[in-house]
Amino acid sequence: MFNKRFLSPKVSQKISYAILFCATILAIIPVSIIVFIIIKNGASAITWEFLTSMPKDGMRGGGIFPAIIGTLSIVLCAITITLPIGVCAAIYLNEYAKDNLLTRVIKLAIVNLAGVPSVVYGLFGLGIFVMFLQLGVSIVAGALTLSIMELPVIITTARGALSSVPHSFREASLSLGVSRWQTIRHVVLPNALPGILTGAILSIARVSGETAPIMFTAAAFYVPHLPKSAFDQVMALPYHLYIISTQIPNMPRNIIFGTALVLLMMVLSMSLIAIIARIYFRKRRKW
Amino acid sequence: MSAKIQIKNFNLWYTDFHALKDVNISVEEKRITAMIGPSGCGKSTLLRAINRINDTIEGVRVNGEIIVGGKNIYSENTDVDILRRNVGMVFQRPNPFPISIYENVAFGLKVNGIASRKSVIDETVQQSLEAVLLWDDIKHKLKKSALTLTLEQQQRLCIARVIAVKPQIILLDEPCSSLDPVATQRIEELMIQLKDIYTIVIVTHNMQQAARVSRDTAFMLLGELIEFAETGKIFTNPNRKETDDYVSGRFG
Repeated sequence: MFNKRFLSPKVSQKISYAILFCATILAIIPVSIIVFIIIKNGASAITWEFLTSMPKDGMRGGGIFPAIIGTLSIVLCAITITLPIGVCAAIYLNEYAKDNLLTRVIKLAIVNLAGVPSVVYGLFGLGIFVMFLQLGVSIVAGALTLSIMELPVIITTARGALSSVPHSFREASLSLGVSRWQTIRHVVLPNALPGILTGAILSIARVSGETAPIMFTAAAFYVPHLPKSAFDQVMALPYHLYIISTQIPNMPRNIIFGTALVLLMMVLSMSLIAIIARIYFRKRRKW
Repeated sequence: MSAKIQIKNFNLWYTDFHALKDVNISVEEKRITAMIGPSGCGKSTLLRAINRINDTIEGVRVNGEIIVGGKNIYSENTDVDILRRNVGMVFQRPNPFPISIYENVAFGLKVNGIASRKSVIDETVQQSLEAVLLWDDIKHKLKKSALTLTLEQQQRLCIARVIAVKPQIILLDEPCSSLDPVATQRIEELMIQLKDIYTIVIVTHNMQQAARVSRDTAFMLLGELIEFAETGKIFTNPNRKETDDYVSGRFG
């Protein structure tokens, strides 16, 4: 069996290399095609006016300013809710929780929370925040819905960042008579902060493109003015994109693709910031 | 001579593993006491029991007493933070925080709230760095990251960081194992100087080091204390055969 091979090791090595390489290329192709088509069809719509003015002519003209502001206000509001809660939970799980049944149930719940389809979050937000808590369709309701969706991601990345702080730092601090909490505050958190923040930026990027969770909780078909308070409905980029591509007849193509391009750039630039931040902090870190 | 640390019938388990078995040692004040033995004999575990840093490991159980300053540190009402301030520890690998040299030494003072006036902190930082013979080399670059120092300087800095919170006992867990021979010799000289002020317990896998610096030596094997006596006796005329075999290099 071992001395009679169908292919020589060299040939089989070449074939497997080729297969693996092709699989990688196949993964890149759709992304590049999407980006190419969106840029090709949408670039002509991008002007300063498009980014900074209100929609006109039943959204067939003008800009998408309120949708940009709406999306930004929902996601920023969401991260300010999630980040403190998520980091606290991560600190508890990573630094204090003993490995018992309760802890394992909590961890399992977090993993499962991450797997819930986004439309289910949307319906949950509609039921709890919009109707039961009577927040109405508003920035707050949307942000709360998104924050629940972000929570497992934030907890998981924050736990990763916390556990990557070397144990020797904790021991050094504790052995100076510094209490456990002070050790976390003065040694663990400062060193985990870059990781926590890049995780947060990535999760903002991920939820800015979500349509389903905000569709019932925050987004409006058309609002002729900017939100005045957190309890106002807003336009949001992903939902606006859905509307102009399906609900409005005779919509100029370049506006649809231009809107998609703006959304794409927003998400990509946030991811890019996270990547650059990560590289920067990794360089500075020497342990 | 009064005993600074008394370890009485001390047992320790990692979950089910019986790591320390009925250990009894009296460490005298202002001396260097060494703990030697092959890897896994429990010498580091014993050292880490003296400031209860083992508490951070899940599944550790203990039984018996360790008396420091007349009090059993495993009694219910022990304030672990105050104990650790009194019993400092230096680790195998130099582990300065990735902040400035100055902030490393000032860390314990500031966070513990021992001192808050800048002049007091400045003075303690200088004294601590002088005590480890590092001041003259680095006084012009206190604001630089501690990670820019050499390994030997980093280890000195770690000792200075401990000294700054004014302990009475310093535990050293193989403090030279990541240093070269020259640096090792210089850290040993430092230890000998420091013993006039502090009670020092050092764990080492380097028998020559124990012979050079310590007054008393404990030899441990498989979680048991085999022999505890003056260093000279352990190395030249031990009572037990296991000790003789180990110090003469027949195993380990």
